[in-house]
Amino acid sequence: MMNFDYVRPASVADAIAAASEKGAAYLASGTNLLDLMKGGVSRPSRLVDVTRLPGLDRIERLADGSLRIGALVRNADLAHDAEFVRNYPAVAEALLSGASAQLRNAATVGGNLLQRTRCAYFYDIGSACNKRWPGAGCDALDGENRLHAVLGWSEGCIATHPSDFCVPLVALDAVVEIEGKDGRRELPLEALHRLPGDAPAHETELERGELIVALRLPAAAQNFAAHARYIKVRERTSYAFAVVSAAAALRIEDGAIREARLALGGVAAKPWRSREAEQLLAGAAPDAARYREAARAALAGAKPSGDNAFKIELAQRIVVRALSLAAQGTPARVAALPASPFSSLPGA
Amino acid sequence: MTLEINLTRDPAHLRHGSNMGQPLTRTDGILKVTGKARYAADNHPAGMLYAVIATSCIARGRVKSLDVAAAKRHPGVVDVMTPAHKPELAEDPDAKGNPFAFRMELLQSDEVRYANQAIAVVIAETLEAATEGAVLLSPHYQVEIARVGLDAGEVYAPPVVGIGNPAEVVHGDIDAGLAAATKLTDATYETPAQYHNAMEPHAIVAVWDGDRLFIDTPSQGMAFAQMRVAGLFGIPPGNIHINSPFLGGGFGSKGLISGPQVLGIMAAKLVGRPVKLVLRRSQMYGPVGHRPPTRQRLRIGTDDAGMLTAIDHHARITTSSFDDFYEPAADASHTLYAAPAIHTAHEAVRVDTGTPLFMRAPGEATGSIALESAIDEAAFACGIDPLEFRLKNYAEVEPTTGKPFSSKALRQCYAKAAERFGWARRPLAPKQMRDENGYLVGWGMGTATFPAIMFQGNARAVIRADGRGVMETGAHDMGQGAWTALAQISADSLGLDLDQLTFRSGSSDLPDAGIAGGSGHTATVGAAIHNAGAAVIAKLAELATADERSPLFGAGNAGVIARGGRLHRRDDEARSESYADILARAGLAEVDGMGSGAADPAAQSQYAMHAHGAVFAEVKVDPDLGQIRATRMVGAFAAGRIINPLLVQSQLYGGMIWGLSFALHEEAVMDHRSGRILNANLAEYHVPVNADVPPMDVITVDEHDPHVNPLGIKGVGEIGITGSAGAVANAVWHATGIRIRRFPIRIEEMVMGLGD
Ligand SMILES: Cc1cc2nc3c(=O)[nH]c(=O)nc-3n(C[C@H](O)[C@H](O)[C@H](O)COP(=O)(O)OP(=O)(O)OC[C@H]3O[C@@H](n4cnc5c(N)ncnc54)[C@H](O)[C@@H]3O)c2cc1C
Ligand code: SF4
Repeated sequence: MMNFDYVRPASVADAIAAASEKGAAYLASGTNLLDLMKGGVSRPSRLVDVTRLPGLDRIERLADGSLRIGALVRNADLAHDAEFVRNYPAVAEALLSGASAQLRNAATVGGNLLQRTRCAYFYDIGSACNKRWPGAGCDALDGENRLHAVLGWSEGCIATHPSDFCVPLVALDAVVEIEGKDGRRELPLEALHRLPGDAPAHETELERGELIVALRLPAAAQNFAAHARYIKVRERTSYAFAVVSAAAALRIEDGAIREARLALGGVAAKPWRSREAEQLLAGAAPDAARYREAARAALAGAKPSGDNAFKIELAQRIVVRALSLAAQGTPARVAALPASPFSSLPGA
Repeated sequence: MTLEINLTRDPAHLRHGSNMGQPLTRTDGILKVTGKARYAADNHPAGMLYAVIATSCIARGRVKSLDVAAAKRHPGVVDVMTPAHKPELAEDPDAKGNPFAFRMELLQSDEVRYANQAIAVVIAETLEAATEGAVLLSPHYQVEIARVGLDAGEVYAPPVVGIGNPAEVVHGDIDAGLAAATKLTDATYETPAQYHNAMEPHAIVAVWDGDRLFIDTPSQGMAFAQMRVAGLFGIPPGNIHINSPFLGGGFGSKGLISGPQVLGIMAAKLVGRPVKLVLRRSQMYGPVGHRPPTRQRLRIGTDDAGMLTAIDHHARITTSSFDDFYEPAADASHTLYAAPAIHTAHEAVRVDTGTPLFMRAPGEATGSIALESAIDEAAFACGIDPLEFRLKNYAEVEPTTGKPFSSKALRQCYAKAAERFGWARRPLAPKQMRDENGYLVGWGMGTATFPAIMFQGNARAVIRADGRGVMETGAHDMGQGAWTALAQISADSLGLDLDQLTFRSGSSDLPDAGIAGGSGHTATVGAAIHNAGAAVIAKLAELATADERSPLFGAGNAGVIARGGRLHRRDDEARSESYADILARAGLAEVDGMGSGAADPAAQSQYAMHAHGAVFAEVKVDPDLGQIRATRMVGAFAAGRIINPLLVQSQLYGGMIWGLSFALHEEAVMDHRSGRILNANLAEYHVPVNADVPPMDVITVDEHDPHVNPLGIKGVGEIGITGSAGAVANAVWHATGIRIRRFPIRIEEMVMGLGD
């Protein structure tokens, strides 16, 4: 492995200063970054280890009823926090459907948001990839791309964002708190990741040196707790990224959907919120025909980027499934195989 | 349990033992779970350097340049081994001295034959420095268009397939058989490239001392490795000391020493210091063998009564551009079903990959999933239950040779597994069953079979003055528990309790135990041990019966019985003497004896020898989302004598999980342009996780086989895959009505097939 500097700043300000230099990268638990470094995909000259920064590992309820989750909270700790599970069940389900128990124990909230795509050509330094090397071309375009994007892609890049966690988060209007040289700012999570366009290497709205310090779920996010699900189809029951996933959250009153939230995972370079579908659902009775209509609306702009037309069909069916299950009500406890279509199997 | 085994050397003497048949846990289990077992890469001799291979990222062409200077400038880098700078070899690594001497890339030229091929080796003080040095070599290539996949080039008939099997076998008149069919099932199946992916990567620690070589490396065949290394370096095999006490799995990929391991030895020679070389996971996708992709066309003819009239099985397989290994996929059709006409043939295509090699059930696994799927299709075409169809066409003798089976309890396997599974309630038509959650439910079955193979192996037995025994044999424990089972046989072979026995293994300094492969290790080494024990007991008996001071004096003709560390007169068991007393009186520190084990050619020419089994699987399929999950598997296997039921069970479970993996998960994804493998890691090369493994039942059916070998052992290491893969695939069809013929079964096929 290449030699690099390693610094472990004592404060957020020091961290930002250390990371503002060219070639520097933040290191959280490294479950993504270290793999990329070992493969030669990322070659930072300096790692700024943020894991010991004080105060970023807390989950706190703020006065306005929102929930603030420090960027260093571990995925597993968040997913097993009883109050969190009660209030944001679909988020817990998404977290627990990701990676493996060992990885979740290590992975941080900030790292999960900023994990890179799993496009195999991005990982294979022998391949051309516009993300790794702007202008090099995209080998995925005519390559093995059955799992690539069907929404929001460009000829420059057809990769997807792989996070499960982000999917219900964008549905619930999560906000990212960012600190940089010029102070603190906020960004809706939905605006954090960029679609590839003609600059696939420019993946997020973060400026050099900016640190995610926290994630915030607004008070209203809790209103969906009774009807919220995350469904993830993958090629094995655990320890696999989503082929397609969906988060559905409904506020049902008097037998009608008052408000709906819907987002898809594994379909685009960002967690994909569908306001079109949400609008179709708002005010409607919870029924399958309406779910199908919503699903069509959510995928209306989809087109295959390769051998992946099936994902458009599958995504619609997952939307229908997620909405149906959400309407049935959040289960009393998260199943042993969270977000699996088979979570209803005995022993599953 | 007491068992009586006839001595092969001197039938006058009997040995009694109670160790075989016991469900003992692995003798090395505690060492492994406490981390005390030292695997090859755990060794760290003084002065050791680290070697890291730089691998090619193109699949075909030449290396035009390497920036050796940049690598050497990197702090910690000691040397860089390249085609221009390497120790001289005594033998061309491309020479084909014997069919098992597969060509290896030892930097003999700048040619690139496949992606992930070694193009240089960087040797450094630390692993990190060597790794970075390899990056700094920044190779430039002259790229040629890679040949990828089953349609990559000219198709030709291979000279032989597997280990010297004919590429084409004809039994009966295939054209007449096909013409006689009133129904013809004609289907083409595809299986993907697969990689062994043992948990422990190939690793070597090499230390030269003059012209003696000491190596720690995982090996399924130490004597083979010794011979190969001896040839390459021009030293006597006896100068090479291989230490291989533990393997973290091999599955065939450690059967023959691989190029990267030899590069570690070369690196140590180049720098004159001990060197450790460990492959990275991604580097295991190339130079250490794989299961090649296959395309198999099966034509199955049946008559109105549902009797087979013909099986025509044609397999296309890939091999490397520079060597010859041909997966004998179509051979799976030779033994299972009684058809008057059977024709199997292979054709091959050369592609730019490493040479495919033996991977757990080579040929049997690929052939089985195609054959069992086709049989299922044929049964349905005839409107007959798949089990009934198989029973109707049950082979009473080996169809292609006409030989009787040495033993074959397949009927009992079918019956027991079907009963345990509840097969009788299965509707004939697909897509008939749903569970309470609305998932589609399907039941499928497959027949398992694997030949009972033996290699050549030796063992040395010793009884020491204190009456304790020692058994020495260079056997290989890949984690399957071979040593435990072999120790059980050893104890019985010497008439001792297990705690009176020291079992020594895992070193090439011990008698050659042959290769641990072909599911033949226990049979081969077990026979050698059995015979070595017999030799020692015979010597002890000779000493005692010839000595008038012994209570056994004069018992020579009646014979003795060895049991519990004593010899007893056979005609008067009250008269006995301990081994220790016999040796003490003879004034001997020990007696020893050698034994060897190998197949008996006479029995082989007379009988067909195979293990058999039947596997039943249940899957559930989400009717909208298409995700598949196996929910139940039952397998019954008849594999001769079971030495250790616990170990056998875990081998069979493991095999069945491989079958499940074959049907639903496993596939190396290769870029069709570059020939690079895109999922060369355990995150994306999917095998089942625990959550994918259903509750499984393994039943072993007793089989007494007097012909296979003196102990009646057939082997269980590979059979579990066969039958299982087809059973799962057939269950998916039965659940959905969708017949998928390209494996693994992918979610898109379910999603698109299940549309409303
Ligand atoms: C085998 C495997 C399987 C996986 N499966 C799944 C899955 O199924 N679903 C899923 O969602 N995820 C999956 N993951 C991804 C996993 O969730 C991420 O690796 C993990 O969340 C990253 O967190 P980390 O703390 O280790 O981040 P790191 O690896 O330390 O960092 C990741 C990136 O974020 C940056 N970064 C980290 N923290 C901050 C911060 N506070 N501010 C600014 N930048 C920051 C780093 O510079 C780096 O670029 C899998 C990972 C592996 C290795
Ligand atoms: S899809 Fe994007 S990440 Fe993948 S190779 Fe193309 S540019 Fe790179």
